[in-house]
Amino acid sequence: MTAAHQITAGFMPLFDSAVLVAAGEMGFAAREGVELNLHRETSWANIRDRIAVGHFDVAHMLGPMPLACSLGLTPLASETVVPFSLGLGGNCITVSNAVWEGMEAHGAAPDLDPARAGAALGALIRERAGREPLRFAVVHPHSGHNYELRYWLAACGIDPDRDIEIVIVPPPFMADALAAGRIDGYCVGEPWNSAAVAAGTGRIVTVKALLWRNSPEKVIGVRKVWAQQNPDALAALLRALHHSARWCQDPANRGELAALMARPAFLGQPEAIQMPALTGRLQLGGGAERRVEAFFLPFDKAANFPWKSHALWFYTQMVRWGQLPHTPQNLAIARDCYRPDLYRSALKPLGVALPGANAKVEGALKVATPVGSAGASLVLGPDGFFDGQIFDPDRIDAYIAGQKRA
Amino acid sequence: MPAGSLTILVIDENRIRASIIEAGLRDAGYQHVTLVHDVAGIARRIAEIEPDVIVIDLENPNRDMLENMFQLSRAVKRPIAMFVDRSDQASIEAAVDAGVSAYVVDGLRKERIKPILGMAISRFNAFSRMARELEEARSELESRKVIDRAKGILMKSRGLSEEAAYALLRKTAMNQNRKIAEIAQSLVTAAGLLDPLEGE
Repeated sequence: MTAAHQITAGFMPLFDSAVLVAAGEMGFAAREGVELNLHRETSWANIRDRIAVGHFDVAHMLGPMPLACSLGLTPLASETVVPFSLGLGGNCITVSNAVWEGMEAHGAAPDLDPARAGAALGALIRERAGREPLRFAVVHPHSGHNYELRYWLAACGIDPDRDIEIVIVPPPFMADALAAGRIDGYCVGEPWNSAAVAAGTGRIVTVKALLWRNSPEKVIGVRKVWAQQNPDALAALLRALHHSARWCQDPANRGELAALMARPAFLGQPEAIQMPALTGRLQLGGGAERRVEAFFLPFDKAANFPWKSHALWFYTQMVRWGQLPHTPQNLAIARDCYRPDLYRSALKPLGVALPGANAKVEGALKVATPVGSAGASLVLGPDGFFDGQIFDPDRIDAYIAGQKRA
Repeated sequence: MPAGSLTILVIDENRIRASIIEAGLRDAGYQHVTLVHDVAGIARRIAEIEPDVIVIDLENPNRDMLENMFQLSRAVKRPIAMFVDRSDQASIEAAVDAGVSAYVVDGLRKERIKPILGMAISRFNAFSRMARELEEARSELESRKVIDRAKGILMKSRGLSEEAAYALLRKTAMNQNRKIAEIAQSLVTAAGLLDPLEGE
């Protein structure tokens, strides 16, 4: 029997493609009448190009990437929408052993505290003045990694453009580049931080989940034209992804999920190295271990809801770092890119908890809070940035103005 | 400006394919062609070469790094256009299908780039055809070897002639709607399990 819907999806070999991969491999897609054809890709540029030319209907994408596509920041501009988020958190910032020693001399401790680590790094950078700047890597200019690394540095008094250098390195090459001394640190998703720790060549200094609690990472990007022409297929896919995400979150399935992702067709990395992302129990290097609450959430805390406030925060950072001018037109494109309406209409028949709002004030919830939602109850937060700043999507002009450099 | 005055950089980790593309470009009259196989230190190389066009294979995981570098580097004037022209959907699709992409320095006219990308696409396609044929020939040889072994097993264990052994394999394959090589492989595997000596 052929499936009612054929959907071609691209993904990158990263742990946070798990919800998409499991949807195809564990039968969630088939149960919704979807035959999901998964294609592993080698670069984000390929994902973007293949979405743009129609090779892929949907893809595992960096959260800001559909914005960049829709805003015309990419070589092949294409209207791409986001009806589903693949999870919250999951990234770390890792530095070389040499940088860690320098940071320790300035008060850094293996506790993942972003403010403490940032202060130590700032002191190290000032001490090194006059020497070649430290070089940090991220995976893409339009990535959560780039923006959270820059946010952390700037909040700690380090200018990411003047005081250090930021380069782009593909995730699987990060640990090698660090070991070879080509870079001094990086921000990337798991398992590529734990890989450096396991190799004894790097130390994890802080994590995304502590820089901005419950912050967005990868999403499902969908060609807008395809979404318009195939509403039933898209809704079926979103329901499959919902069930898959719930399955991925369940601790009882960790072993099976790690074994699935370990297959060469997907992540191709040993199961053991995926456990830190699943359990939040991180080896930081040098024998230090820390457990991070909500390190990576594929389902809990409304992790799959495509909040417009997430897209708008990415937009403010594109403006902040000079990738884009802040204009009413650009803001409107950014606002229209994430599509909670599509998410809501697809999941409504399931009777699951759905947020009533499309956006939220990021940093307003100090503790886990049940919120108004359709159907069952929904718990959000705690959320917020490590420096106590609040992002109110209704006050974007003020937020952007407040982040302008002197 | 004649064709020969354009400077073209080909980035391809596959040396054979890179030299096939180079030969094609030279045949077409482009004399300034440089091949790079390893992207380490590529920024310096680009600054030295100052290419008008960069041809790169899509399988190269460093595309994200290169694109970012193009945007930051003063060596290559930004913005960089990709493939031929945003509006030229057919060329873009053909390039992506073939697994090749070209970065073009802004201001270079579309007509100048089209033949270069067209050539790269046909060379990429020719190369993958060649690779596929080689693979087919290799697996053909492997099949023949495994069928010979399966015949040997049948001749020994059932006392059949070579001809009868082959006929039995063929009949089984037809009945099960599978390839003879598959049946032969199953037989060799099973024999290996039953008789450690046969399995070697």
